[in-house]
Amino acid sequence: MSILVNKDTKVIVQGFTGKEGTFHSEQCMAYGTQIVGGVTPNKGGMTHLGKPVFNTVEEAVAATGATVSMIFVPPAFVADAVMEAADAGIELAVIITEGAPVKDMMYAKHYAVKKGMKTIGPNCPGIITAEECKIGIMPGHIFKKGNVGLISKSGTLTYEASNQVVKEGLGITTAVGIGGDPIIGLSYKELLPMFEEDPETEAIVMIGEIGGDLEIQAAKLIKEKITKPVIAFIAGQTAPKGKRMGHAGAIISGSKGTAKEKMDALREAGAYVVESPADIGVTVAKALKRK
Amino acid sequence: MNIHEYQAKEIFRKYGVPTPRGGVAFSGPEARRVAEELGGNLWVVKAQIHAGGRGKAGGVKLARSLDEVEKIAEEMLGMRLVTHQTGPEGKIVKKVYIEEGADIKAEYYLGMVLDRALEMPVMMASTEGGMEIEEVAAKTPEKIVKVAIDPTIGFQPFHARKLAFGLGLGKDEQKEFIKFAKALYNVYMDLDAEMIEINPLIKTGEGKFLALDAKMGFDDNALYRHPEIAEMRDLDEEEPTEIEAKKYGLSYVKLDGNVGCMVNGAGLAMATMDIIKHEGGEPANFLDVGGGANPDTVAKGFEIILSDPNVKSIFVNIFGGIVRCDRIANGILQATEKVEVNVPVIVRLDGTNAEEAAEILKNANIKNIIPAKDLKDGAQKAVKAAKGEL
Repeated sequence: MSILVNKDTKVIVQGFTGKEGTFHSEQCMAYGTQIVGGVTPNKGGMTHLGKPVFNTVEEAVAATGATVSMIFVPPAFVADAVMEAADAGIELAVIITEGAPVKDMMYAKHYAVKKGMKTIGPNCPGIITAEECKIGIMPGHIFKKGNVGLISKSGTLTYEASNQVVKEGLGITTAVGIGGDPIIGLSYKELLPMFEEDPETEAIVMIGEIGGDLEIQAAKLIKEKITKPVIAFIAGQTAPKGKRMGHAGAIISGSKGTAKEKMDALREAGAYVVESPADIGVTVAKALKRK
Repeated sequence: MNIHEYQAKEIFRKYGVPTPRGGVAFSGPEARRVAEELGGNLWVVKAQIHAGGRGKAGGVKLARSLDEVEKIAEEMLGMRLVTHQTGPEGKIVKKVYIEEGADIKAEYYLGMVLDRALEMPVMMASTEGGMEIEEVAAKTPEKIVKVAIDPTIGFQPFHARKLAFGLGLGKDEQKEFIKFAKALYNVYMDLDAEMIEINPLIKTGEGKFLALDAKMGFDDNALYRHPEIAEMRDLDEEEPTEIEAKKYGLSYVKLDGNVGCMVNGAGLAMATMDIIKHEGGEPANFLDVGGGANPDTVAKGFEIILSDPNVKSIFVNIFGGIVRCDRIANGILQATEKVEVNVPVIVRLDGTNAEEAAEILKNANIKNIIPAKDLKDGAQKAVKAAKGEL
């Protein structure tokens, strides 16, 4: 078991024929992901990487039965691509692109929610169910199969965390990179309950960072509804106020959104809060032993 | 990206958000000319820097004659203004804004920002004009009225009425206020603003509303479709090293410590700063070299980190994913040939082909390059090296 995606998931790629789209689609296919086609307007009818290219998402869905779309279009076209996917009945859009305007994502997400389409990202590494299905840009071999769920705002920190978990002799069910933008799709509050219900997941790692209050919302939810151990790390304990730390959403506004505030809330909610990013793996092992 | 008050007010006027009349000046005589053109017998001279709290720091002064305008402007230009938002080093004033005096009957606060939890913009108003909104929120939250605006319906009169009632405005004033708030919403949405703050918003003796101050920030990701806004960028207001870093696709923020950090990925870069602190050191910077981490970006990264004289050691912490560690190791070696690195560089490479990378670094046998076996080991070594204990 896993959450959201598995070996049977049929995936199309929007921005399939571009440089990034091509490179990462190839990598995903090599991992075992069922990429069944792609969409690039005005290139319909072509074959790319051995798969059919369509002009519209609607045609691609009708012809392939895809339920998930991986989006690689340039930032200015992200909102359009997301809305097209939602309109065509896609169930989950995984938005990899970095640099989409916040206003665009605000409209796109409103429409996706209205149409019942889930979104992951933007500005994220994607989602991977270990040894089954990779929809994104992460190095697949780092994610060995196991019983730990992973939710993270950061790309390389996701790899770091998975690597540490694997070094403890454990592994990953599904890892979701939710992205570091001010407006994102699925976040902790939707994903934690999915991992709670997944019979294979026995512990959940959540990696947050400064800015916004998604981690605070997560803490409330953990306290009320999550019975599996949650191991949390919040990046940016040493970040200065008012400075954007790489990610568009990673900024302490006034005195809101500090790492301390989030760590305190999570600790209070019963999560294992890790102060050093080097201790994520060992803490997961400890939490599972105690269980 | 942030802009100056005078620029924000130019935008306001274009959108029908009323402001007092005024103009920008770069010298005393120019300030005098602006004041003369404005006419009247009372002017305000305001230092233009990207920071709040100017009034208390002496950056906003009244003038009652043209001579006084010129004198104040001359004193202000070149002055180092230190406010609670500039940091102790302050900011040099390079331009002043001359504005006609206003007849202030009441002062309010009006602002707009994205509510990340609601995923829509909120407009906030308060009767505590002139006060820091953070302070009002902490001490007297009941004095702040907020409306969230669903962008799919846009700004409606009921939104504005809710704010107007919250401010205790009478029937006649409401009409003026609704017009003002609607125009402000249009500015925010049309231009992809990230934040607008009018503090204070004033009511004049005639019952008109005017933006007496104006602060605006924009979504960097949307600047491509607003070239006229992108042009308003004032490089004098930004850290020169941060500008230089951006040119090469690096994201750099200078801090006060002595352990330099070079990392791929923003989250891992923050985590690296955190672990330096956790191991008893102080990080000198945040630096995300991006996914690529090729010899050029790594060389540039070394250059930027070493431009800070406080740096005593550098921790290179790269998690190789699609980009393999052996290639990054070679990149680091090439970078050290391009840039003279005279402090210990602790290198931790993990992920794809990490073992090959360790071998490459070991065989290169460069005195200043010290391999680390994992994140913790790397952080400990970097901290020790900065203290001269390695």
